[in-house]
Amino acid sequence: MAADGGMGFATKRREDVRFLTGRGKYTDDYSPANTTYCAFARSTVANGTIKSIDVSAAAEMPGVVAVFTGEDFVEVGGNPAGWAIVSRDGDPMKEPKRPVLAHGKVRHVGDAYAAVIAESLAEAMDAVEAIEADIEELEAVVNMADALANNDVLVHDEIGTNQCFDWGWIEDNRAATDEAIKNAPHVTTLELVNNRLVPNAMEPRCSIGEYDPGTGDYKLTTTSQNPHLTRLLISAFVMGIPENKLTVHAPDVGGGFGSKIYHYGEEALVLAAAKKLGRPVKWTSTRTEAFLSDAHGRDHVTKIELACETDGTFIAFRTETMANVGAYLSNFSTATPTFLHGTLMAGNYTVPNVYVNVKAVFTNTAPVDAYRGAGRPEATFSLERVIDKAARELGINPVEIRRKNFVKPDQYPFASAAGLEYDSGNYDALMDGLEKHADLAGFEARAAESAKNGKLRGLGVNSYIEACGIAPSNLVGVLGSRVGLYDAATVRVNATGNISVMVGAHSHGQGHETAFPQVVADMLGVDPMSVEIVHGDTSKIPFGMGTYGSRSLAVCGSAVYRATEKIIKKATLIAAHMMEDSAENVDFADGEFSVKGTNKKVGFGEVALKAYIPHDFPIEDIEPGLEETAFYDPANFTYPSGAYACEVEVDPDTGKVDICSMVAMDDFGNVVNPMIVTGQVQGGLAQGIGQALLEHGVYDENGQLLSGSLMDYAMPRADDLPNLVVDHSYATECTHNPIGVKGCGEAGAIGSPPTVVNAVVDALQRGGHDVEHIDMPVSPARVWEAMNG
Amino acid sequence: MKLEDTKDIAAPRTVVWEAILNPEVLKTCIPGCQELTGSVEDGFEAVVIQKVGPVKATFKGQVTLSDIKVSESLLLTGEGKGGPAGFAKGAAKVSFADTDEGGTRLTYDVEAKVGGKLAQLGSRIIDGFTKKLADQFFERFQDGLEEPVETENADEEGEKPKKGWLKRMFN
Repeated sequence: MAADGGMGFATKRREDVRFLTGRGKYTDDYSPANTTYCAFARSTVANGTIKSIDVSAAAEMPGVVAVFTGEDFVEVGGNPAGWAIVSRDGDPMKEPKRPVLAHGKVRHVGDAYAAVIAESLAEAMDAVEAIEADIEELEAVVNMADALANNDVLVHDEIGTNQCFDWGWIEDNRAATDEAIKNAPHVTTLELVNNRLVPNAMEPRCSIGEYDPGTGDYKLTTTSQNPHLTRLLISAFVMGIPENKLTVHAPDVGGGFGSKIYHYGEEALVLAAAKKLGRPVKWTSTRTEAFLSDAHGRDHVTKIELACETDGTFIAFRTETMANVGAYLSNFSTATPTFLHGTLMAGNYTVPNVYVNVKAVFTNTAPVDAYRGAGRPEATFSLERVIDKAARELGINPVEIRRKNFVKPDQYPFASAAGLEYDSGNYDALMDGLEKHADLAGFEARAAESAKNGKLRGLGVNSYIEACGIAPSNLVGVLGSRVGLYDAATVRVNATGNISVMVGAHSHGQGHETAFPQVVADMLGVDPMSVEIVHGDTSKIPFGMGTYGSRSLAVCGSAVYRATEKIIKKATLIAAHMMEDSAENVDFADGEFSVKGTNKKVGFGEVALKAYIPHDFPIEDIEPGLEETAFYDPANFTYPSGAYACEVEVDPDTGKVDICSMVAMDDFGNVVNPMIVTGQVQGGLAQGIGQALLEHGVYDENGQLLSGSLMDYAMPRADDLPNLVVDHSYATECTHNPIGVKGCGEAGAIGSPPTVVNAVVDALQRGGHDVEHIDMPVSPARVWEAMNG
Repeated sequence: MKLEDTKDIAAPRTVVWEAILNPEVLKTCIPGCQELTGSVEDGFEAVVIQKVGPVKATFKGQVTLSDIKVSESLLLTGEGKGGPAGFAKGAAKVSFADTDEGGTRLTYDVEAKVGGKLAQLGSRIIDGFTKKLADQFFERFQDGLEEPVETENADEEGEKPKKGWLKRMFN
């Protein structure tokens, strides 16, 4: 164990030194010599036929270097979906082409149909206004039920339907689930909406394309959570640039939340333009473009049924969900509502029957894809809302009904009815902690106090399980994933003993630059500050699958662990050679190699130096150098879980909801840096509370985005949040990765929305209002209507 | 966005009808109208400058009069494209009837929609804005027709012409 700063230490984030002093280097900070600037012409209608695009006036505008339209990319491939879903009837999902620039038709407001490259951004923007596009507006389809019921208006004419797929999970369980529900003594039904969210990372997307005519090398500098995937998609599907001729570099990235996992057409465009012009081409999204063209999140409409015994024992969950995929399939838009959602629909419970039906629907809206939590918040919200309603109907305490159905500690590994194998957990222990931390017993007294002040107080509880580090590759391949879900790391011990670790995960707020060295330093017994993380650059890193799904530490961290194990193994050989003994007799601890039963020892630094100055190496036995790579493919997901409680006060006159307290008890397995984990949970809670109370991406019936600015789309602010109590001290280790870690990045956003809504409904019920459910965001208007409607 | 309203104009129906077919009157009455060319038969080309919340733009578009039933009703439609600001479309069904006082009762039924930046940035205010534009149009139309009356009755305190007209009505 490292003296300080190893596993478990709340080391301050070293990357914050540059972020907090304005020294971060984001994509937009990079302007290579001779850069040109790109601006896009985007559709103002949701559905339309492109009759003609006259760019002649734009091309004559001052400073304009080139103008591109969809016509220029007809021969280029489409941006593919990363996961193939098979419908219940065996048909493959409908997969219409997603072009670099719209051609023939525009399919959502913000769909880019032309791009201007100019000497300055202002000139490019001016010239966009001079493009004469004759786009005949067609009727748009926005509502999912309409889109499925009626084929008169199609988002993609060539597929003849607006339904992407009709998926059943697990289809073989359908009959049994139907039967169980039919025969159940009690069935609770709830229809709910999981509101559309706009990600709104603080840093908007930005991409710079470069091309070197001398070597034929391309470089894309871009705001990505996943540079290797972007390179793979551009190489294999969109542009055919060989991977060894394309570098993708994602430098500091100011938040992603999922929206920067994907490859976007703007990235292909700046590369193509850079090649054509022989000059760098830069595009920086405006906030308005971000609202219109970043992949949105959630947007499910669900009917869920919970069948149970009268004592509250769960018999079955059955759901029917419509999931909006928007106008085009974003890279993981088909995985999010299916394998990241349906598989979690047994929750933390021993329920024997689960059947999930998801219809994915094309609409004339921005694409929808994974957003912090990606499918699991939708699953948790449906489950935990219907459980709350069932508890109320049966007169059972909401904590007790959950406890009654929890998977118990002696049941692991537990095969859930939704097809996953949970490896570890202890939900009762988390609930015990919650009862104490949130002082659930004292609630009635606080409610009485609130009543004195004319407020309705409510208590919401929730338990969640989620699945992080989606895996393993052999399973996901069977299920339709078109990529493997392993990760890679190279640990390079330099001659002077300091260490560079090249990782396939990308850090854009997660603190990898601090946490990953803690793992390595702990294993090698060196100063964490001597370990440096290299990430985000495909030319420097062997391979990687990026950062999403709370996978970085569990998957890439495990690759780092495995590579470090290989380093220790090789260094042991070198140390044995140095001490003239056999490797079996050499121990390694606290940064020192020693020969058992002797006082012979060498330090890790001496071994590192020797590795690079191998004057007397037995070269046939030991190669020079000290660098190892590991690819790690997890055996299973990891399963973080939690128990949350929230108390709210509702103002009966205005419907305004104030969150008085939010307590999050999470089991993340082993924790490398508790301070970073707490920060991750706090951020997730803020986003979850934002979804519950404030955020809503709204399109009107014509497909116009009405919440298209930060004036119209309410992001949570500090004064919308209570003091967040976060406790992750209780842990059950992940059983299948070497660090025993689970994943904490999304938990807060998964666990908090149902907790808040449960609390609001509780407050209204206690106030004598017969309110079963309020859809998010639980705005004052909706609460007031529920009370008075 | 839909709205309905009526306006009583102190002028005979034939005068009001002729006025609404007059390009000069239209140009004066369409708020922010910079240019209006064309004819009732072929439609009009218009250039309008408007500011909706944070978005100010020059809209170029067509104004057409259709479903013409002489002295009874017509449909006034307009469609303007404001480049990156988006677009606005509107239709007003306008009906004309006699009032007991010998004037004309104008009934209008307006449907408007906006797209692009106007919708994204202006949705909070677009209903009020549409109402304001429609009101402005018909108020100007009314004011224009009643001008001679107003001149006669304009009082020294500079009250609005409309008020002057109302005062006359009730005196």
